[in-house]
Amino acid sequence: MPLLIGSLQLGLLYALMAAGVYITFRILNVPDLTVDGSFTLGMAVSAVLSAAGHPLLGLAAAAAAGLAAGTVTGLLQTKVGIQPILSGILTMTALYSVNLAIMGSSANVSLIGGQTVFTLIRDRISALDMDAIRLMIALLFAAVVIALLALLFKTQLGLSIRATGDNEEMVRSSSINPDFTKCVGLAAGNACVALSGALITQYQKYADISSGVGMVVVGLASVIIGEALFGRRSVTVGLISAAVGSVIYRLIIALAMKSDLFPAFMLKLVSAVIVALALAIPTIRTRLRDARARRGGPKGGDAAC
Amino acid sequence: MLTLEGVSKTFSPGTVNEKQALREVDLQLEDGDFVTVIGSNGAGKSTLFGAIAGSFVTDRGRIELDGMNLVPLKEHRRARYIGRLFQDPLKGTAPSMTVEENLALAYSRGKRRGFSLGIPRRDAASFRELLAAMGLGLENRMKTRVGLLSGGQRQTLTLLMAVINTPRLLLLDEHTAALDPATATRVMDITREVVGREQITTLMITHNLKDALAIGNRTVMMDEGRVLLDLRGEERAGMSLDQLLALYSRESRRQFDNDRILLSTARDSHAQENHS
Repeated sequence: MPLLIGSLQLGLLYALMAAGVYITFRILNVPDLTVDGSFTLGMAVSAVLSAAGHPLLGLAAAAAAGLAAGTVTGLLQTKVGIQPILSGILTMTALYSVNLAIMGSSANVSLIGGQTVFTLIRDRISALDMDAIRLMIALLFAAVVIALLALLFKTQLGLSIRATGDNEEMVRSSSINPDFTKCVGLAAGNACVALSGALITQYQKYADISSGVGMVVVGLASVIIGEALFGRRSVTVGLISAAVGSVIYRLIIALAMKSDLFPAFMLKLVSAVIVALALAIPTIRTRLRDARARRGGPKGGDAAC
Repeated sequence: MLTLEGVSKTFSPGTVNEKQALREVDLQLEDGDFVTVIGSNGAGKSTLFGAIAGSFVTDRGRIELDGMNLVPLKEHRRARYIGRLFQDPLKGTAPSMTVEENLALAYSRGKRRGFSLGIPRRDAASFRELLAAMGLGLENRMKTRVGLLSGGQRQTLTLLMAVINTPRLLLLDEHTAALDPATATRVMDITREVVGREQITTLMITHNLKDALAIGNRTVMMDEGRVLLDLRGEERAGMSLDQLLALYSRESRRQFDNDRILLSTARDSHAQENHS
């Protein structure tokens, strides 16, 4: 039971990050590696401001910082014309220094004993125990952010962003500047990622400079697990399924850790393998079908002879 | 009114691949003109469209639409006034979005896009009516993803999207060439109907010489980046296919050896025989 609740809490907090990855990876159709940097950026901003006694401001500032980071990647892609993947890597690399600077050039910041959104609420509603409050806040943030995103993608602007990932030519001929919509998409995605990092920091009461490493893979894993369950449908379903995928991912990790399936340091390897396998499934399916067809197939066998 | 004056474009200048795609092109279209554009491959027809639509920056010359200088405007800005269709029916629509969503995007062309709802309910109803008028049964598939439609359906949808906010200029680049004959005829019929009804100033590239003479009120022939012929009025009305071919050969001072034009003419007369 504690395992389930813990996974649910973490999964919902990371769901914002998964939603951010969904926006860039599935809607904009760009693998955005800024995520590794912007997640830590959110953590750093949130940690420093919480330590100074402003946890709520920390969340808002973290989201704004993520927005800025996404915009930088967008500008590198569109105005400077750098390949999408490299643009993300450049921003991510630059953010490493920025994050260290924010954290006062120390590799981690502790919030033990300080205020967080979780302690703020607990002080108000002392009737509830901490786990319930954590779950409530995680659920609230995930639900509100996903609802806002779902609404965003139903607006004129949202339709333009979706079309940009689909057919840039068509976007331009609808008199939309695809450079602009790409930047907005990347900014929105990274704002979600940074907010997720900010919440995680306040949840676990510390920020670490290396927490963001491999975060984009975790996000992709969540998106893919969600799609395996719900299929690829509308954007609203996609965002929800990414959140559900995030919870399941955390559950799988927690179960694997508990049953001593693998040591903690294997986590990233296992995540990468899950994503690689999931992305390989369509190719493997085609290969198998083709191979069967070449051998004459189960039904076509007679005809081939 | 569209005015081109001395428009020139050279691709890859100073390299072995240097190509003078447009040489001092002068062209004037009056309001409501429906001009067909013919010429062999590499004559500069599509480049001309690209120059007007802003796909690239021209080297020299003036391009004006209703007295507005288009040259400094980027492609997406010009798209507010210009509708464009390509040969490839996949180019004009977003496949993973629904019919309705595609139309909504096209409908907001030239307007401010903000946080207002993508598809207001009253728009959805008018989209349905517009689609019904196209006669493809698409009005019952408003929520279908465009990627699931056939090429002909997608091209018809693209046409509707291009004219849903009547553009000041419509550019049709062989927009029926990739469709099967029956669908091509239908899309062409719809094109004539819409352009005629809204009196849209239109340029249409075609490799079908019969269409070139039968559709619209003017025919422009291009060769090696120049406008070679500009047929209109009685001269055009009295022109037969053979005369047009002869004229082309004489004007360009070389044999008319474009397989594609010959083929499409032959196929067309063949189809006509079968029909009768």
